[in-house]
Order: sequence, then structure tokens, then C-alpha cells
Amino acid sequence: MTMQVEVDESKCIAAGQCVLSAPEVFDQRDEDGIVVLLEQRPGAELHEVVREAAGLCPAAAIRLAELVEG
Amino acid sequence: MADTLADTANEAAASLPEYPMAREGRCPFDPPAAMRALPAERPISRARIWDGSTPWLITGHAEQRTLFADPRVSVDEHQPGFPHQSHAMAETLDHRPLTIFNADAPEHTRFRRMLTGPFTLKRVEALRPAIQKITDDRIDAMLAGPKPVDLVTALALPVPTVMITELLGVPYKDHEFFQRHGVTAVDRDATPEQSRESSTALVTYLAEAIVAKMADPAEDVLSDLAARVKAGEVTVPDAALMAVVLLIAGHETSANMIALGTLALLQQPEQLALLRDTEDPKVVAAAVEELLRYLTIAHTGQRRIALEDIEVGGETIRAGEGIILDLPSANRDPEAFPEPQRLDLTRSARHHHAFGFGIHQCVGQLLARVELQIVYGTLYRRIPTLRLATELEQIEFKDDRLAYGVYELPVTW
Ligand code: HEM
Ligand code: SF4
Repeated sequence: MTMQVEVDESKCIAAGQCVLSAPEVFDQRDEDGIVVLLEQRPGAELHEVVREAAGLCPAAAIRLAELVEG
Repeated sequence: MADTLADTANEAAASLPEYPMAREGRCPFDPPAAMRALPAERPISRARIWDGSTPWLITGHAEQRTLFADPRVSVDEHQPGFPHQSHAMAETLDHRPLTIFNADAPEHTRFRRMLTGPFTLKRVEALRPAIQKITDDRIDAMLAGPKPVDLVTALALPVPTVMITELLGVPYKDHEFFQRHGVTAVDRDATPEQSRESSTALVTYLAEAIVAKMADPAEDVLSDLAARVKAGEVTVPDAALMAVVLLIAGHETSANMIALGTLALLQQPEQLALLRDTEDPKVVAAAVEELLRYLTIAHTGQRRIALEDIEVGGETIRAGEGIILDLPSANRDPEAFPEPQRLDLTRSARHHHAFGFGIHQCVGQLLARVELQIVYGTLYRRIPTLRLATELEQIEFKDDRLAYGVYELPVTW
């Protein structure tokens, strides 16, 4: 399964939930804490924490597409 | 006919439960008994508030997520029908400026982005050594002095106060001034004059400090705000107001979590032992989330109003109707947290609503987490025999405050 991550900077309110869950995939801009995506297609070992991050994001700024390859 | 209809409506309103309800003295950590069944049975209901109006009362975790995230749900307290916290809050409406708390997007976005810089994970993690030092210093002082000690004045208040004043770049010598005015400015029972005076005193002090930082900047929030003033993004009074917001939102909340959390843990020694006997930061971090959930100190209901008709959970909230999102209830919703009335430091609780949800979710949450991880992770290890120096029945709870907690916590060891 592949996971495709997208972030919407205009929705992000810099709550930092995503970096707390998945620092390998999300970072924050220094000046205002807005989300920075580090990995568009994180490996399978990160899928769970990325799903957690997307679920915890209070501003619906993280979108996931999970594709079953075939 | 019209009279009869009005009478029926009044009778219906009178039969609704009143909000907020009182907690029972026996279970100071639990929501009121009448509220406890609501998340499972009636996640969306209505209640009657102080002015006789009957806003929607949202107690379900899922329903709160939906509404907090809905852009048609507004914090604009000037909308007619807004369910104000109290008579005093309604009366002072016109004296309350637009801030991050009562602004909707896009104004909210502008306020928020000016405040979030210091609260990134990186900046907050960099504060760990300083927070650890304040905590250790205060515990040293406790151990060196006479006992019993009031934990609120000895540790719970000084740690967040030092943190917030350092973050802002305000000298520690002024912390009592902040303590006093910060509390009065948001006290829901303060007279309009009192809360106005306190807000003015704080804003004046901070405006002067910001002007001083324009000439002589340092690495702190007031200097960041001073730079924004210089760049023409914000006026001095508005920048000062933003600094006040951080003070008000940041110090009593964290202090209450420290003292109330300690009291809850002292009642449940097997849970306290989990924290006392670990050096694993993951265990401590999970414990903090669970205590945030279990205690949910923001206990007076987040206030909102519907700007349009909204369908949620089989009900229609009409445009212009008030909405109260009761955070303690959602955090005890059995759908979201199995056996919700149990304090279980090992559960996974990060989806709690202790910091709210949606675009107004707490700005300072990462800082609050680090403060609590350090204090809970240090206090019980350094004073393993810590115990209450009075009876639970003697303790006075902050039932009447925006942030729940205890006024004093006498402890000994
Ligand atoms: C454990 C401690 C804390 C708790 C339980 C807490 C709780 C909350 C809650 C529930 C909200 C949402 C209000 C709403 O949606 O109506 C909030 C917002 C806020 N908090 Fe905290 N807070 C804590 C600590 C802090 C700290 C340390 C700071 C800053 C130094 C802070 C700054 C703010 C600000 C500025 C807002 C307004 C955000 C907005 O409207 O966009 N809080 N907090
Ligand atoms: S959790 Fe959402 S709102 Fe918070 S920083 Fe990440 S993307 Fe932004």
C-alpha cells in the first residue's frame, strides 16, 4: 500500500499535533509554526503515526490518500 | 393563542437542565452526575443558562469534533443569541477588544500567526532545561523549608509564571503584578470596572515593555511583537493585547493542572507509582495526556453560535442559535475513551479535547505538555513520600473559575 500525504498551509493553525505524532514526516516553519511536509510518500512503518497525525490535526489540514497497488 | 405558545415555550425552557451544573463534593474530579450520562445517551441536547436562554449543549466527542471544525460555527460574541458565560461577560461585551479568542477566520488567522512562532515543537523543546531548572529549584526550596507546604504557591504557580514571563521577556520581579491582574481580568465574577482596570494595567505595562524592546530587542516574544510593530503589521496597543492574551491563557491553566493533577494522583497511589517509578519519557508523556483528559480543567463550556443552519447527529442547529461545547463531557465519552471514569495513565488519550479542537485549539499546548511532563516527571521521583497534609474534604475547589483547580494544596512528606 502507498500513502500519499498532502498538507494545506492555509488551513494549518500551527497546533503542532502532527510534528508531535510524526516528526519524520512533518516539521514546522520557524517563524510561525505552520506545517512543512518532509515526506510526501512515507514508508509503511510510518503509516500508523501519519494516520494518527491526520486524525489529531484540529484544522483538517492534513489529507491522506491510501492506494492499494495492483 | 400567542400567549399560550409563549407560555408553553417558557415551560419547556424551565424544564431543561441548568448549565453549568454543580459537581458533587464526593467526586471533585468527575463531571456533575447529571452530565455523566449525556455523552452516551444525548450527545446533543439543550440546557438553560443564566439568562434563561436555551442553547445547544454538545457533550459527545464525535459531535464536538464535527462542530469545532465547522466554519459555520462562530466565536463572534457580538452575534445576537450568543450564549455568554455570565452576566458580567455579556455586560462587558463592548469593552472587550477583538482578540484571538473572539475572532473568526480570516481575522483569527492573522492573530494566530503572530502568536504561534514561540510555540513550535523546536522552540518549546529548547525550553526543557530552563523548565527543569525552575522545577528543581522550587523542589529544593520545598525540601529545605518547613512543612507542610502549600504546593500551589510553592510549585504549581511559580513554574508556569516564570515560564510565561521568560517567554515574553518580562522580569520575574513583576510576576505578582501579572498574577493579580491576569486573574482579575478574566474573572467571570469581577465587576466590569475591575476587569477593565486589570486589563488596562496589563496592557499599559506590556505596551511600555514592547516600546523598550523596539530599541533593545532580545530573543523573546515581546521582541518578536516589537519587530512586527516596526514592520507596520500591528500597532503597539494591539501587540500589547496579544501579549496579555498569552499571560492570561497560559499561567493559571498550567498551574491548575499541576496542583489538581497531584491531588488526583495522591488519591490513586497505584497511578502515582507509575510516574514515580519511570524514567521513560513516553510513559510520562502518555500520563500527561491522560491527566489532561481526566481533569479537563477548561470546564465551563466553550461558547459558540451557528451562523447558518447546521445538521449534526440527527438534529438541526438553526442559524443564530447558541452552542455550548462541554469539554469535560466529551473527554468522558465512552465511545472515545473506554471506561471513561477511570484514571488510567497507560491508556492512549491524545484525542482528548482538553485543549479544545478546531482552529481555536490551544496555542500553548506544546509548552503546557512540556511543563507538565517535567513537573509530574520530577516531583514524585524527588519526593516519593509526598502526601496530603489535610483531608480531601477540606480542600477548596475552583468551581467558580474558568479553569478548574484547587485554591490551595497542603502537602507534606
Ligand atoms: C494545561 C494548560 C492549558 C489548558 C488546559 C488550555 C486549554 C485551552 C483551551 C481549551 C483552549 C480553546 C478555547 C476555545 O476553543 O474556545 C485554549 C486556547 C488558547 N490557549 Fe490554552 N490551555 C493551556 C495552556 C496554555 C498556555 C501555556 C498558553 C500560552 C502560553 C495558552 C494559550 C492559549 C491561547 C492563546 C488560546 C487561544 C487560541 C485561539 O483562540 O486560537 N494556553 N487553551
Ligand atoms: S496538526 Fe494540523 S494544524 Fe497543527 S501544525 Fe500540523 S497541520 Fe498544522
